Amino acid sequence: MTAEHQHAQGAPCHHGDSTEPPTVVPQQVLMIEGAGCASCVGKIESALNRVPGVQEASMNFAERTVTVSGEVSSDDLVRAVEQAGYGARAAAQESSAELLDEKEEADRQYYKRLLREMSIALGLGIPLMIYGLAIGEMTVTTTTERVVWALVGLATLAVMLLAGRHFYVGAWKSLRNHSANMDTLIALGTGTAWLYSMVVVMVPDVVPLMARHVYFEATAMIIGLINLGLALEVRARGRTSEAIKRLIGLQARTARVLRDGQEVDIPIEQVQQGDQVRVRPGEKIPVDGVVSDGHSLVDESMLTGEPMPVEKSVDDEIVGGTLNKSGSLLFKATRVGKDTALARIISMVKRAQNSKPPIGRLADVISGYFVPAIMIIAVASALIWLNFGPEPTIAFAVVSATTVLIIACPCALGLATPMSVMVGVGKAAEAGVLIRNGQALQTASKITAMILDKTGTITEGTPKVTEVIPFEDMDEAEVMKLAATLEQGSEHPLAQAIVESARERDIKPGYVDDFNAIAGHGVEGRVEGRSLLFGNEKLMRDREIALDEHLEQAQKMAAQARTPMYLAADGRLLALIAVADPIKEDSVAAIRRLQKDGIRVVMLTGDNRDTAKAVAEQVGIDEFFAEVLPEDKSGKVAELQQQGEIVGMTGDGINDAPALALADVGFAIGTGTDVAIESADVTLMRGSLHGLADAIAVSRATLKNIRQNLFGAFIYNAAGVPVAAGLLYPFFGILLSPVIAGAAMAFSSLTVVTNANRLRLFKPQEH
Amino acid sequence: MMVINLLGLLLIALIVWWFWLYRESAAEMDVGEITIEVQDGIYAPAHIRIPAGQPAKLNFLRKDPSPCASVVVFKDFDISEELPLNKTRQVELPPMKPGHYPFTCQMQMYRGEVIVE
Repeated sequence: MTAEHQHAQGAPCHHGDSTEPPTVVPQQVLMIEGAGCASCVGKIESALNRVPGVQEASMNFAERTVTVSGEVSSDDLVRAVEQAGYGARAAAQESSAELLDEKEEADRQYYKRLLREMSIALGLGIPLMIYGLAIGEMTVTTTTERVVWALVGLATLAVMLLAGRHFYVGAWKSLRNHSANMDTLIALGTGTAWLYSMVVVMVPDVVPLMARHVYFEATAMIIGLINLGLALEVRARGRTSEAIKRLIGLQARTARVLRDGQEVDIPIEQVQQGDQVRVRPGEKIPVDGVVSDGHSLVDESMLTGEPMPVEKSVDDEIVGGTLNKSGSLLFKATRVGKDTALARIISMVKRAQNSKPPIGRLADVISGYFVPAIMIIAVASALIWLNFGPEPTIAFAVVSATTVLIIACPCALGLATPMSVMVGVGKAAEAGVLIRNGQALQTASKITAMILDKTGTITEGTPKVTEVIPFEDMDEAEVMKLAATLEQGSEHPLAQAIVESARERDIKPGYVDDFNAIAGHGVEGRVEGRSLLFGNEKLMRDREIALDEHLEQAQKMAAQARTPMYLAADGRLLALIAVADPIKEDSVAAIRRLQKDGIRVVMLTGDNRDTAKAVAEQVGIDEFFAEVLPEDKSGKVAELQQQGEIVGMTGDGINDAPALALADVGFAIGTGTDVAIESADVTLMRGSLHGLADAIAVSRATLKNIRQNLFGAFIYNAAGVPVAAGLLYPFFGILLSPVIAGAAMAFSSLTVVTNANRLRLFKPQEH
Repeated sequence: MMVINLLGLLLIALIVWWFWLYRESAAEMDVGEITIEVQDGIYAPAHIRIPAGQPAKLNFLRKDPSPCASVVVFKDFDISEELPLNKTRQVELPPMKPGHYPFTCQMQMYRGEVIVE
């Protein structure tokens, strides 16, 4: 590959799905009905251009759509088209659901067509084959035989035209285009067999007596079997996109929107940003938005995998595709159409499903040369039979050339990788794991070391009060009230933990006078006439508060990764409060899964050694980097890479972005549905580290599946082609019949698709 | 026999020349945009000439119901676009350096290339 080539690969690129810069003029698309001729285009366009606000209207006649740019309501546009004498409906954005329906319908039609063609071909092929097997040789000697076989030959020609037309047209067109594909092989194979048979029938004298054999049954059978194989393949392919179908199925089709004070149901494509949308209990939330009225529980499990419903009330964000459980909500739409989180997830999964991991490259190179190479082998094989084969050489030459052409299957080779990627990426998405592309999928399967950021990844990321120990004659509530009163004005994360904990205990903070924050130490102030101090050991020592009898207790806390804070009043110690960032409940199990998979797990944190050591011990990690400054995180990734490891880095995707980017695979751990899905190689939509282990497991299973497919396809072709050419004949007298070759070829690519479909059953082990 | 052998070898030479050595003339792109039909196993036109350093819009119109035709892949740009049947779907390419950039179906049976000069 040239340097320019590489540069071009690295160049940023955007296509259809990428978001437009916000300054562009808004565009909308109308579907036009009743436009029968090309002259309608001008009429419709000028009718639309007269609507105030329209900057440009341009019609695509082939698709019967008009794209209109300008600030204008879709109702006005529809009215204008109707006044011009046509029908129109807004298709603000073509929904994935519509596209999917169309695709499925097209596939169904194609499937039916293939089955019909198969019946025609097998209708002739099977009786002929049975006749051949029952009577023996299909030879042409007498005149009557010649007449009968000539009729059969014409019937076969009819089958070729009716049932195999697409092979011949495709072959001819690509031949003219200097390219060759599967059609070329089938057309040449069946064409050779038919042509030879017709020569035998029409001008038998040019063929030696022994070789006067017809192969009409082969032509008909091959066309029938390959159509059958293709039909089954269309079916099986449909199943590979089940995961995306499920995601698309999450989208609501209509939304109940407030228009002029009335609630009206409209198609989801017509919901505009800023619309007020009503969702009743039990309904899907149609688009993304912010709650403006009401209170409810929302089930977000379909996107995040988090089983517990989430409470939503005014000002909370809600996400399209999730399920409103208990109350009625009114919300303002903030993201609609292709900008919703669900639409972005769908487009990302689709893109990833269609992308190729590097493992498929060799197969791609081979399939580029495959078909012409097979044609050369067929000619060479025929020549060898003619020169060195037994009598009748011409018949052997024709059979071997036909069989070589038919048995070779470039499709199996070409399908091996994409089918598995399709299923694997979809499977991951179902588990709440978004894989960016095939490259990430392949590298994830090879990871040998995994760096986990501590805060927010292994732990919850929000400190909580874990212990309150009063020393004097006070209860926990009184201690918490004093602490919360002092800390309510502070922004420090530890202070917020105190205030939050008080709120959870329904404790209302009181009033504080003379409040003073002492940076790096704590806070002080007067509450209810008492002079209070709240902070760390250093603060207490500075103010000469006696701690000694409680010091051991505090050190024990620190050793367990909890931060001790002291509360003192009027020079005497009142209580000890421990604050810790709790470890997520399933972190230990998930980390054990990674280690079981043979991955070296390393923890990374900015915290001090003691805290780091305590957390690492609790979750079962032996190796950790402590006191790492944020900007040094990527250095640690590089350090492991220099040791020869393939490094995965898991972090929150925002603070850890440089380290995620440097790692061989960066895993961004999402919290809820607010995911920065474009940022990392792999996005884990739920907070649990099990998602990480799932991602590794799915990627390994997918790569294993691809290897099986590639191996199978290579072996099939590498063994099938020589046998078809007659390599075994000198030793064992085995020469394949073209019909067997047709069956083998038809089912080889089906096998690949079916094997890929097996991945659907893959279940990552949670324990 | 001699004649047949010679004919066979000639045929092989013809295959090599026709599929591997022959360089087809390419279609010029008009005002940064071109429509490519996907039908009967080929892209038409399959060879598209584009000036260097300019973005390009390729409108794919798929008329081929075979599932093979349903995705077009530009491996150099990590683009793979699903093509709906009987509808145009636009693929935008970034400005490119001179070179040959192939586009194919997933199985490399449908082949075309963008030639940047």
